Amino acid sequence: MSGAPARAGDGRPGFVRRSWSVVALPLISIVLALVVGAVIILASELLIPGQAFDPLLPFRAYAALAQGAIGFPPDLNAIVSTLVATAPLLLAGLSVGLGFKAGLFNIGAQGQFLMGALGAVATGIAVSSQPSFIAIPLALAGGMLAGAAWGFIPGILKALSGAHEVVTTIMLNYVAISLLAGIVSGPLNVPGAPSPITPDVGNAALPIIFGRDAHLGLFIAFAAVGVVAWLLYRTTFGFEVRTVGANSDAARYAGMHPRLLIVVIMSLAGLLSGLAGAGDTLGLQHHLTSSYGTTVGFDSIAVALLGRSNPVGILFASLLFGGMRAGAPLMQISAGIPAQLVDVLQATVLLFLVAAPVLRRVLHLRGTPAAIDPTPTFTGTYGGNDVAGL
Amino acid sequence: MTIETASPPAPALEMRGITKRYPGVVANDHIDLEVRPGEIHALLGENGAGKTTLMNILYGLARPDEGEILLDGRPVTITGPSDAIARGISMVHQHFMLVPVLSVAENILLGEETMANPVFLDRREARRRILELGRRFHFEIEPDARVSTLSVGWQQRVEILKALYRQARILVLDEPTAVLTPQETEEIFAVLRRLAAEGHSIVFISHKLYEVLEIADRITVIRRGRVVGSRIPSETNEDDLAELMVGREVQLTVDRGASHPAEVALRIEGLRVADDRGSEVVRGIDLDVRAGEILGIAGVAGNGQDELVEALIGLRRPAAGRITLAGHDVTGHSPRQLNEAGVAFVPADRHRFGLVLPFDVSDNLVLTSYYRSPFARGILRNDAAIETAAKETVAAFDIRTPSVHAQMSTLSGGNQQKVVVGREFGRDLRLLVLDQPTRGLDVGSIEFIHRRTIAKRDAGTAVLLVSAELDEILELSDRIAVMYRGEIVAVVDGPTADKNAIGLLMATGGRAAAGVEQVPA
Amino acid sequence: MDGLINGLYGIPVAGLLFQLLGYLVAVLPIVAPIMLRVACPLTLAALCGVVCERSGVVNIGIEGTMLVAAFVGWVVGVALLPVLPATPSPFFGVTPVLLIAFVAALGSAMLVSLLHAWLSISVRADQIISGTIVNIAAFGVTGYLNELISKSSPTSAGAFSAFVPPAALVNLPLVGWLFNMFLNQGPITMSVLVIVVVLQILLFRSRWGLRTRAVGEHPQAAETVGIDVIRVRYRNVVLAGLLAGLGGAALSMELTNSFQEGMTAGRGFIGLAAMIIGRWTPLGAFGAALLFASSVAVSQSITFAPPAGELGRLLGAIPGQFWDALPYVVTIIVVAGLIGRSIPPAADGRPYEREATS
Repeated sequence: MSGAPARAGDGRPGFVRRSWSVVALPLISIVLALVVGAVIILASELLIPGQAFDPLLPFRAYAALAQGAIGFPPDLNAIVSTLVATAPLLLAGLSVGLGFKAGLFNIGAQGQFLMGALGAVATGIAVSSQPSFIAIPLALAGGMLAGAAWGFIPGILKALSGAHEVVTTIMLNYVAISLLAGIVSGPLNVPGAPSPITPDVGNAALPIIFGRDAHLGLFIAFAAVGVVAWLLYRTTFGFEVRTVGANSDAARYAGMHPRLLIVVIMSLAGLLSGLAGAGDTLGLQHHLTSSYGTTVGFDSIAVALLGRSNPVGILFASLLFGGMRAGAPLMQISAGIPAQLVDVLQATVLLFLVAAPVLRRVLHLRGTPAAIDPTPTFTGTYGGNDVAGL
Repeated sequence: MTIETASPPAPALEMRGITKRYPGVVANDHIDLEVRPGEIHALLGENGAGKTTLMNILYGLARPDEGEILLDGRPVTITGPSDAIARGISMVHQHFMLVPVLSVAENILLGEETMANPVFLDRREARRRILELGRRFHFEIEPDARVSTLSVGWQQRVEILKALYRQARILVLDEPTAVLTPQETEEIFAVLRRLAAEGHSIVFISHKLYEVLEIADRITVIRRGRVVGSRIPSETNEDDLAELMVGREVQLTVDRGASHPAEVALRIEGLRVADDRGSEVVRGIDLDVRAGEILGIAGVAGNGQDELVEALIGLRRPAAGRITLAGHDVTGHSPRQLNEAGVAFVPADRHRFGLVLPFDVSDNLVLTSYYRSPFARGILRNDAAIETAAKETVAAFDIRTPSVHAQMSTLSGGNQQKVVVGREFGRDLRLLVLDQPTRGLDVGSIEFIHRRTIAKRDAGTAVLLVSAELDEILELSDRIAVMYRGEIVAVVDGPTADKNAIGLLMATGGRAAAGVEQVPA
Repeated sequence: MDGLINGLYGIPVAGLLFQLLGYLVAVLPIVAPIMLRVACPLTLAALCGVVCERSGVVNIGIEGTMLVAAFVGWVVGVALLPVLPATPSPFFGVTPVLLIAFVAALGSAMLVSLLHAWLSISVRADQIISGTIVNIAAFGVTGYLNELISKSSPTSAGAFSAFVPPAALVNLPLVGWLFNMFLNQGPITMSVLVIVVVLQILLFRSRWGLRTRAVGEHPQAAETVGIDVIRVRYRNVVLAGLLAGLGGAALSMELTNSFQEGMTAGRGFIGLAAMIIGRWTPLGAFGAALLFASSVAVSQSITFAPPAGELGRLLGAIPGQFWDALPYVVTIIVVAGLIGRSIPPAADGRPYEREATS
């Protein structure tokens, strides 16, 4: 740390330096979060009466977490389970990250995911006896459309009235839960079932490509990374999105249409989250129950922030959190640590990321860019007073 | 403890050897300043000369690296604004420090509350004291009026009342006339003279030579953080002060040459525009701008200029009227359509409308043309063409940047504005709309932009220049239109224009009697 | 009179609307106490928002703050249950256990608020991201600990009980139901109205209120007259945590007697909507919270005591999920319909940095 190895370059530092400056803060945040997690595990041991204090419990817990996520030695089933957990996080993370790029805070990935699942299953049931090559695209499209619709609502509300998407998307999450339960226990219910459940989607189910349940949806999710990256950085549309996110007044002067873009981006974000829900149901359960739920709501925000709204960053972040989600059950069984520890770890990672200015000062990191890049400032339009400027 | 001498009287304020360094720049370099009781002392210097830093140090907003401050001959350390206020120092900032949604009384009370008990304000007593102060200094004001409803001149008086309410002995005014008409300026000067006569010391910060000559008892000139001279108004003149301030023989007006107006490029007929709240702020404007001339629009800020500009560049839809560009009706066209029709725009607030700071220089240079060939092929960006064009513009407009991929926010203000100018000037234009294009820039950049503007005019572009700085209007305009409450009240010839006459038109619209303003209730 | 009413009810189709109106008027006195109970945590969340945002700090972490307070109130209670006496006193059923748990709940909420204050004021993080982190952390930590503890501990440490107003008061004609509404309540719910009125007066008449509003509108102006913007914001956000803590405590210690994972169920966010609709004033926020509460109260009333006849049959056919979603839909509609005319403090959400360089 001491002594300057090389003078700061003229904006073109070497590849290693550049890469390090991008990943340093996320990596440090992850490590620190694991440390905090260990402290929490140790502290919570004291809460359970009548149990011997085990100073190595955090290590056993993390070992179990890793075992569940990757396996030791690496094991195909464990890795597939990680991939299965990663796919929805990846798509929903891309959804939130796309919003971030346009200066929108989409907390509605959860509702869009549920609507995507509902749309996919409803369509899938309708076309369940068609051949797969017809049924699968239709069911996926149904899910994407339903998700897009659930993103379109806050988008159009913001564009027309300035209602802040943070409030509307959260409300729509709760509406989606009720709507899904209402439809699953109403029109889609299998008559005579002991608890509300829909019929199977039949031929609309996604085929398993390898392993126990590595279905087609995983490949769609990973392909989406490339599509979103291409859209953002190679097309003029992506340039417009990034401009609106960075400075909507300048975008308006440059002839772009921020209001229209807000609606399009929120719909696209909804589409991606909806695809996540569609892949999850069509690939795994093949039906819906009224209590079908998901944790992608908060997870996707954590993924997008940790991945700095960058599609490739989001890919790595979703693999990390997906691995944690996949490993959590084993951790709960073999170390007795509740799976909610993953939520705690996520929050702690974000905490350290957001506290980056402090981290940088304490750890003497230089030249590392801000944690969230480009820093989205959603709060500026909170309450809708800036809407007249859009 | 210093020994007080009998004559002249001990200075109310003395700053000795004040030095303040910021990374890469010495803002104040051993500055000495002495202000006597009852004196109006002008601090003269260009933007960026270090005046504001010096006053921030006096007000406790910044700590000096070296030097000391003495009040009534006693050295003091000022720890912050509240400390400064407690010691009798008050500051009227260039951008008023008033809370618009609060009342006059609430603004005055803030921080120095008159309390009825430990929790609640004593609004009646506060009201009484404010009215009494107003009577004493001849500007009575309604304490319950909302500040946002007051004119700029009256807001400034609220600022001064704020200082008096705190029993300030030393009053610092930072560029107090920047937003005032000449008439309002006269009224404020009268107030300041009354204050000085009562024994208050006043530090008057400005870069306007004639004002300083008119109001000050003594003048201290600073340049690049150093005191370069002290003068008494009766023993100096504008040329002498200008030379001190800028450091070389300056031409007070740029030689703009003769204009050669051709056919009408922009015609505005009966234009009416509403603001965000729906009230009509441009109220029936008729105006022609010819190719090859600069038309300046003078007016106190907030008389509808912003809305007029926004209507001309397509950001705001007119409520009525017609805008024609070279004979084609372009009323209600979008910014992009107007851009393609040859309209360019340099905004006052480049960070808001002109630039995207997180992007690099090359992306900012294609901000308005990113979607056209050669910068786009279909829906795809053509990064190679963007980079090539950026390199050309950077060279042509002398933009100092390490690379065309440097992030915009790392450039200096002058170079940022050059990026805007490079993007907007670097093509064939019909109409160039400039909205205070040099606000907050250094002298070199101002000169650069003025020269380019004149070059553009001579190439046959119609130029519409909007500015609240009358000096800039006078310096560049071939014709001057005065805007008052949404109307053009006069159009005069630029080179022969009389500054005071324009000032009077700006202040009153030419209708009301001069120098009289209603007390807002 | 009755003839007129029966006549109106008899009109085809439109008569149903009159019946609904008549039903609502008839049940209002009965559901009024429920309305206030539902409105209580919403109002407290909204007040937390008002106190934060009037000073310029956006707080969407209210949800998480309430959740932590609800959890801590419950967990401290069940932990102390074996150690301290828990016989309810006649005064609101207060026990030493409940009292300590209550204080702990408020303290925990203030700590959580302090975290948000640090992130958004000192670190100058985006305040919505900071609030989201508070929410994720609160959800995770309470869920984690609840999972660890709930298996091995009693489910409840009791709860504050409602005051029973004298029958003479409640049975007064015309206004008796109002006494019932405001007095037939536990201590937290009962104090909501008082808190609302006190805050309303303080905000517009006191030194604290003046400084708070100035800091939220124009922090630079406040700084130049010697007000410590950072301190005012810290103080307000932490104090606001107390209000959110009260709301959380109401959930697990008064309205119910135990903790469930995620039991705030969006109340923090509805509170924020109430704050916006109430134009950042305590009284307005209270009114908006009552509006949301009325949709909950009416749906409960329709479920448990449906109106007679055709109307009851129609309402009964509506699935329960519709009523579950109704408050959220109402929030969206009102926020979208009102927002243009509801103007937040000018510096709301903008981190403040002393400008010493120039």
